[in-house]
Amino acid sequence: MTVALDILMTASLWEAVLRIATPLIFGVLGALICERAGVLNLGIEGIMTLGAMVGWLTVYWGGDLWTGLAVAVLAGMAMGWLHAMLTVPLGLSQHVSGLGITLLASALAYYLYRLWVEVGDLPPTIAPFQPLAIPGLSSIPFLGEAVFTQMPPTYLALILVVLVAWFLNRTPAGLALRMTGENPHAVEAQGLNPHRIRIWAVMAGSGMMALGGAFLTTAAFNSFFPTMVQGRGWICIALVVFASWRPGKALLGALLFALFDAFQLRLQTVVEGVPYQLFLMAPYVLSILALVLVARRARVPEALMQPYRRGER
Amino acid sequence: MRIERREEVSVAVLILAPFGAVLGALVLCAGLIAMAGVSPWVAYGEMLRGAFGSRLAVTETLTRASPLILTGLAAAVAFRARLWNIGGEGQFYMGALAAAALGHSAVVGLPLPAAWAVIAGGAMAAGAVLLLIPALLRLRFGVDEVVTTLLLNFVALLFVGLMVEGVLKDPMAFGWPQSVPVAAGLRLPDLVPRSRLHVGLVLAVVVAGILWLVQARTVFGAETRAAGLNPGAAAFAGVPITATLAKVAILSGGLAGLAGAIEVLGPVGYVTTTMSPGFGYAGIVVAMLAALHPAGVVAASVFVATVFVGADAMSRATGVPSFIADVIMAVALLAMLVALLFATYRVRT
Repeated sequence: MTVALDILMTASLWEAVLRIATPLIFGVLGALICERAGVLNLGIEGIMTLGAMVGWLTVYWGGDLWTGLAVAVLAGMAMGWLHAMLTVPLGLSQHVSGLGITLLASALAYYLYRLWVEVGDLPPTIAPFQPLAIPGLSSIPFLGEAVFTQMPPTYLALILVVLVAWFLNRTPAGLALRMTGENPHAVEAQGLNPHRIRIWAVMAGSGMMALGGAFLTTAAFNSFFPTMVQGRGWICIALVVFASWRPGKALLGALLFALFDAFQLRLQTVVEGVPYQLFLMAPYVLSILALVLVARRARVPEALMQPYRRGER
Repeated sequence: MRIERREEVSVAVLILAPFGAVLGALVLCAGLIAMAGVSPWVAYGEMLRGAFGSRLAVTETLTRASPLILTGLAAAVAFRARLWNIGGEGQFYMGALAAAALGHSAVVGLPLPAAWAVIAGGAMAAGAVLLLIPALLRLRFGVDEVVTTLLLNFVALLFVGLMVEGVLKDPMAFGWPQSVPVAAGLRLPDLVPRSRLHVGLVLAVVVAGILWLVQARTVFGAETRAAGLNPGAAAFAGVPITATLAKVAILSGGLAGLAGAIEVLGPVGYVTTTMSPGFGYAGIVVAMLAALHPAGVVAASVFVATVFVGADAMSRATGVPSFIADVIMAVALLAMLVALLFATYRVRT
């Protein structure tokens, strides 16, 4: 018990929580925007993989770190456009199309990486983002070290939570987006185009997912390797449900999840005799349990996974 | 522009759809091959040669197709009932683990067919249990099974790691994390001498035939189709939806588990955490290319195996990364979705 408390009392744990949560925050916000507009985007796992590769490659080829993130966003949006084309105007199964996008995006990432990058014994590396101490705030005891000496994309993720929440709940465009996820017929009756709204929502959401992937290769690590996303995309899909499709709760969910992850990583080094696989299983099992807990009272967007065809009920 | 359902869907168009999708995928991926500085004609030629150019190549391709038929069937039966089982990979590993655990010592001494039956039963049960968990979570709590089956793939793989580094670890494997081997007498006999091709292929094709009959001729087959097409109407017509979906889950998980068992009893002989080159995920592509039809699954499995085995050989010969096989698969899957749409719908302008 005291071991657990000791771990919780270290600022480095909380610093790690925010770092581990960052890709999840980007991913969960992206998935949330898609789903609030009525489109399930199971392409997330592949889009994060592609974003990780493309963001890294841009920097490896001499680009700026921020340019790397921007290129990753563009790659994610391209995949999002494809998913949107297949599921919105064509109305294809969002499940199967999403899985297809995941297969395509990750296969493309591996193919192009292998094609363009010489890999020796170890994967090549880049100089990743360094922690940025916010002047003043970072000198607050404990909190300064835990929250205000993060890498810049982490601050961006936190700002994005506020922006997305503000956009969805306080702007006309956000209202239209939410309405498209609830009742696209009503959107059409307002003279708006539900298809166009869904396409843009999926593209924007996919861009955020790719940003989450790019964080892994430009900040959390400094190289790209296959399977590095490790199911984070699927965990984000589960977190959206856990968050009842609300950005604030999504942040909370990502932080809780990351806290658990950071905690188990530290516990692994202290507790002996327990196989490491059991610790690694915990996040996936935890996600499933979270889904079971909230499933009964989840407020699913009414038109989620319902293709909209004009004049058809 | 609007899209509306055709009154009549021509069977010829439905059969042509996968060919069109595959052709489209090959054309699109030719651009990626050209980016590697290799002529697509040369690359595709090398792929064909690598998959069918010699006796060894043909047997390797069919060896690769054998478990794919079963994971493809696993996905197809589940998708027919709109049970989105994306967990074939995990179920494959659970079946493989059960086969190795039983085949190492538990069934040694039993007469051969009985020993195989026990192993197959155990492997199918292991796969079925892994899918029953998400199926029941959906039926009882309304939890989407896509996410849960996907997450369980990671759990299953870690569990395999736990076992092959723990209680099932092979002490003779010089520290490599691999499981104890199945008894030599239990290995499946070869179909072709001096090759890795084993009777598991025959088993997989027979299973596909049986499933075709079950789907076309039995009440259970009709009930799964009804439950998938319109659960509300099916329930109203007296189809027990919960029981049907539970049965489908057992069947689907069992088939994927069986795929793991024939891979262990056939070419591999033990379990490692890297033994599957994505059989479970490729099974989904197989099922979609087959339009969920058991006969189509057999054909699509051979195609997918051709691409993977051929791409490895092509990569060695030309230097084009073998990941091109995964790209071709993914594009074929998406193209098949579009092809099926235009087979059953038409565009009105």
